[in-house]
Amino acid sequence: MKKYLVSTAAAAALALGLSAASASAQEVDPNAKPGGDIVITYKDDVATLDPAIGYDWQNWSMIKSLFDGLMDYKPGTTELVPDLAESYEISPDGKTFTFKLRPGVKFHNGREMTAEDVKYSIDRVVNPVTQSPGQGFFASIKGYEEAAAGKADGLSGITVVDPSTIRFELTRPDATFLHVMAINFSHVVPKEEVEKYGADFGKHPVGTGAFKLGEWTLGQRVVFEKNPDYWHKGLPYLDKITFEIGQEPIVALLRLQKGEIDVPGDGIPPAKFQEVMNDPAQKARVVEGGQLHTGYVTLNVNVPPFDNVKVRQAVNMAINKERIVQLINNRAVPANQPLPPSMPGYAKDYKGYPYDPAKAKELLAEAGQADGFTTDLYVMNTDPNPRIAQGIQQDLAAIGIKANIQALAQANVIAAGGEKEGAPMIWSGGMAWIADFPDPSNFYGPILGCGGAVPGGWNWSWYCNEDLDKKAAEADSIVDPAKAEERNKMWSDIYVKIMEDAPWAPVFNEQRFTMKSPRMGGADNLYVDPVHIPINYDHVYVNDVQ
Amino acid sequence: MIAYLARRIVQSILILIGISAITFALLYLLPADPVRQIAGRSATPATVESIRRQLGLDQPFLVQYGRYLWNLLQGDLGRSYIQRSEVSQLIVARLPATLLLMIGAIVCELLIGLTMGLVAAVRRGSRTDDSLMVASFIGVSAPQFVVGLLLLYVFAVRLSWFPIGGYGTFSHLVLPSLTVGIMGAGWYARMMRSSMIDVLYQDYIRTARAKGLDRLTILVRHALPNAILPIVAMVGIDIGILMGGIVVVESVFGWPGIGQLVWQAIQRVDIPIIMGVTLVSAFAIVLGNLLADIVAPFIDPRIKLR
Repeated sequence: MKKYLVSTAAAAALALGLSAASASAQEVDPNAKPGGDIVITYKDDVATLDPAIGYDWQNWSMIKSLFDGLMDYKPGTTELVPDLAESYEISPDGKTFTFKLRPGVKFHNGREMTAEDVKYSIDRVVNPVTQSPGQGFFASIKGYEEAAAGKADGLSGITVVDPSTIRFELTRPDATFLHVMAINFSHVVPKEEVEKYGADFGKHPVGTGAFKLGEWTLGQRVVFEKNPDYWHKGLPYLDKITFEIGQEPIVALLRLQKGEIDVPGDGIPPAKFQEVMNDPAQKARVVEGGQLHTGYVTLNVNVPPFDNVKVRQAVNMAINKERIVQLINNRAVPANQPLPPSMPGYAKDYKGYPYDPAKAKELLAEAGQADGFTTDLYVMNTDPNPRIAQGIQQDLAAIGIKANIQALAQANVIAAGGEKEGAPMIWSGGMAWIADFPDPSNFYGPILGCGGAVPGGWNWSWYCNEDLDKKAAEADSIVDPAKAEERNKMWSDIYVKIMEDAPWAPVFNEQRFTMKSPRMGGADNLYVDPVHIPINYDHVYVNDVQ
Repeated sequence: MIAYLARRIVQSILILIGISAITFALLYLLPADPVRQIAGRSATPATVESIRRQLGLDQPFLVQYGRYLWNLLQGDLGRSYIQRSEVSQLIVARLPATLLLMIGAIVCELLIGLTMGLVAAVRRGSRTDDSLMVASFIGVSAPQFVVGLLLLYVFAVRLSWFPIGGYGTFSHLVLPSLTVGIMGAGWYARMMRSSMIDVLYQDYIRTARAKGLDRLTILVRHALPNAILPIVAMVGIDIGILMGGIVVVESVFGWPGIGQLVWQAIQRVDIPIIMGVTLVSAFAIVLGNLLADIVAPFIDPRIKLR
C-alpha cells in the first residue's frame, strides 16, 4: 500500500508543491548574536495568552512564541514544516494522519511533552465548556459532533498510539488539516497547569515555546523570557521581550524616534505615515510586505437590483481602485480577485474587471437601470473607512448609482451584514477577512460559500453557488502533498468563477509596514511574517549585544 | 445627623442599583452581539450558540439582570468576555493608577485655579484680571485630547523635561495631571474670583483694614480662609467631572487606569468590564457627593443637614 511518508524539511516543500531542495526547517541565522532584549508597544491590553482562546492579531503571534503545535511555518514564509512533530504520515485515502513527536521536548514547567498532551489540548478546544472560538477548525475529526455538543469526553478520532505517536482519523479527506495542526488552537498545553489555573490559564500560560512568561503587570507590561530548554538549540536569540501596554500608536512612534522602544506593535499611525516615508532615515527602517488580506465591497444578491449580475459587474467596473489606494497613502495594492497575491492559489493571469465607467453604464442600461438607482453603502465608522466609502460613493455616482453611506460601529455593520436583506452594499474595511492560515480554501467557506450565507454569518453578499461548493469540497479532498499544485489550480478556478458572478467588488490588498529601531537585526521577511504579526519574535535579534 | 446619614446611604444604594439597571439595559439593547465578538469570525453558528448558552446570554433580560445583580451583591462583578479574567481583578489592578491621577489632577486644579482666582480678584477690573479670565475660559473649553497631545509634544518630545507617556515615577504623573487639571482649574479660577470678591467686600475686612493691618495679612489671614472653604467643599462633586476627562487622558498618556480599561472594553463590547467600571465610577461619584454634603455644614454653619 502506498503511503506518503514525509519527514521534516521535505514535507512542507511537497505540501505546497515547492522545490524539495529547501534547507532545514528552522535553521539558525549565522549572523545572529544571542542575547539582548527589546521593547514592543501596544495600545490595547493583551487579552489572554491561552492558545485555546486567544484570537486577535496581537496575542496570536505572542501565543506562537510561548506554545508550539505539531506543525508550523518556515519563518517569514507560508511554507508548512513539522514542528513538535518530527515526521508525519498521511494514508492514501487522506483520512488518517499519523504524527511522530519530536523526543525530549519539555514544557516550561520541566515536564516532557507527550502524545497525551496533544490529545488533551485538542479535546479541550472542542469541549464547549472551554468556549473556544476555534472549535470549528476541528470539525473534520471523527467524533467532533458529540464532543462539540458536550456529549462525549473527547474526540473519538484522536488516538494516542504510544507516548510519541498520535493518530487522527477524519470523517472526510481534508487538505487543510496540516494547516489546522499549525494554528494556535491546536498548540499543546500541559493538563496539570490548565487544571491548576482554570479559567485564569490565559494569564499563566505554560507551553513548550521559545519564550516563557516572565512577568505580567495588568495594564502595564508583559515580559517574555528566553526558554533555556527550548528544543530548537540556538533559538531564540533574544533574552527578553518587554511588551509595554497602553501606548497610543502616535506616542509609540515618538518613543521609537527617541530610541526608547524597538517596534511599535500597532504600526505607523496613518496621520504620520507620509511624514515617516518622506524621511529617508526613517523610511529605511520600515519593512513593507504583503498581508493575507483583501478589502472588498459586498453586493447583496438578495437585494434588487444587485440580484442582477450585470449590476454587480457594473459596480466592479465603476470603482477606481488606484485612486482609492491613494486615499490611504498607498498602503495597499489594487485587487481584482478575492485571494491576496501572497496566498497560494492566487490567479496571476486573471485580469479582473477593468476600471471602465462607460462600460459600467452600458451594463446598467442592459440591466434596465439606465437612470441609475439609490442604495445604501454600509461602512465601519473609523478612519480611513468613511473616507474610502466616500471615494466609492463618488465613483458610483459617476455611473448613476446614488449610494447613501451608513457609517456605523463595527458590531452594527456586522449585524446588518448577517441579515438576509440587511445591507445592500458593505465596505469590508476594519472587518475584512484576514486568513487564519495561508491556504486558498480559507477565503471561501464562511465568506463566499453557502455555509456562510446564513443569518449571523459572514457571507455578506449572500452569494451561494452550490456548484462551486461541490468544487470546493472536491479540491479540499486532495490531500496528497504531491498534488498541491493541482489543488491550488482548482481553487484559482473557483475564485475566477466567483468573479464572473461578481458578488464582491475586490478593492485592495493591504500592505504591512513594520517600523523597527536601528539595532534590530534579522531578515526583512521576519518583520512582515505572514503568520506572525507584527514580527516573528523567535527569530529576530539585536545587533548591539556586547 | 445619624438619621440623615442613614437616609443618604440608602438613597445612594438605590441610585447605584438604578445606574446598574440603566447601564445593563442600554448594553442589552445594543445591536452589537457580544458573543460574535468572543467567537470571532471563524466560529460556526453552533459554536456561537454554544458560547451564548455557556454565558447565559440566551436568557431573557430580567433573568440576566437578576443574575448580575445577585452576583454583584455578593461582590462578584463577573468575568471579562475578552480577557476571561475576573473584572474585579482587572479593576483593582488599575484603580491605584486612576486614584493617583485623580489626586494629581485635584492638586493641579486647586493650585492653578485658586491662584488665578485670587490674583484676578485682587486685581479686579485690571488687564491681568481680564487675561486670567480669558485663560480660564480657554482651559474650560479646550478638548483634553488636544491639550494632552500638545503638552506631550512640547514638554516631552521637544523639551524632554518629562517622559513620553507611561507610568511609574513622579515625572510621569505631571503632564497627565496637568491635562486633567487644566479644565477644573478654569472652573476654580472663576469660583475663587467671585468668592474672593464677595469676601473682600465684607464688613470684617473693612474693619481689619481700619485697624491698620497690611494688605497681605488681610488677604492671607482674613480673606483667604473664608473664600477658599466653600470651594474646597466642591472637590467631592468634582470627581464626576474628573472621571470623564480621565478616560481620554489615560488613553493619550498610556496611563494604566480604569479609564483606559473601559475605553478598550467599549471598543470590544466587553460588557462585564463596561458594567464594572461604570459601577465603580458611579460609586466614587456618589461617595464624593455624599462627603461634600456631610462636610458642608462644618465649613459653613449656615448649612444644616436635614
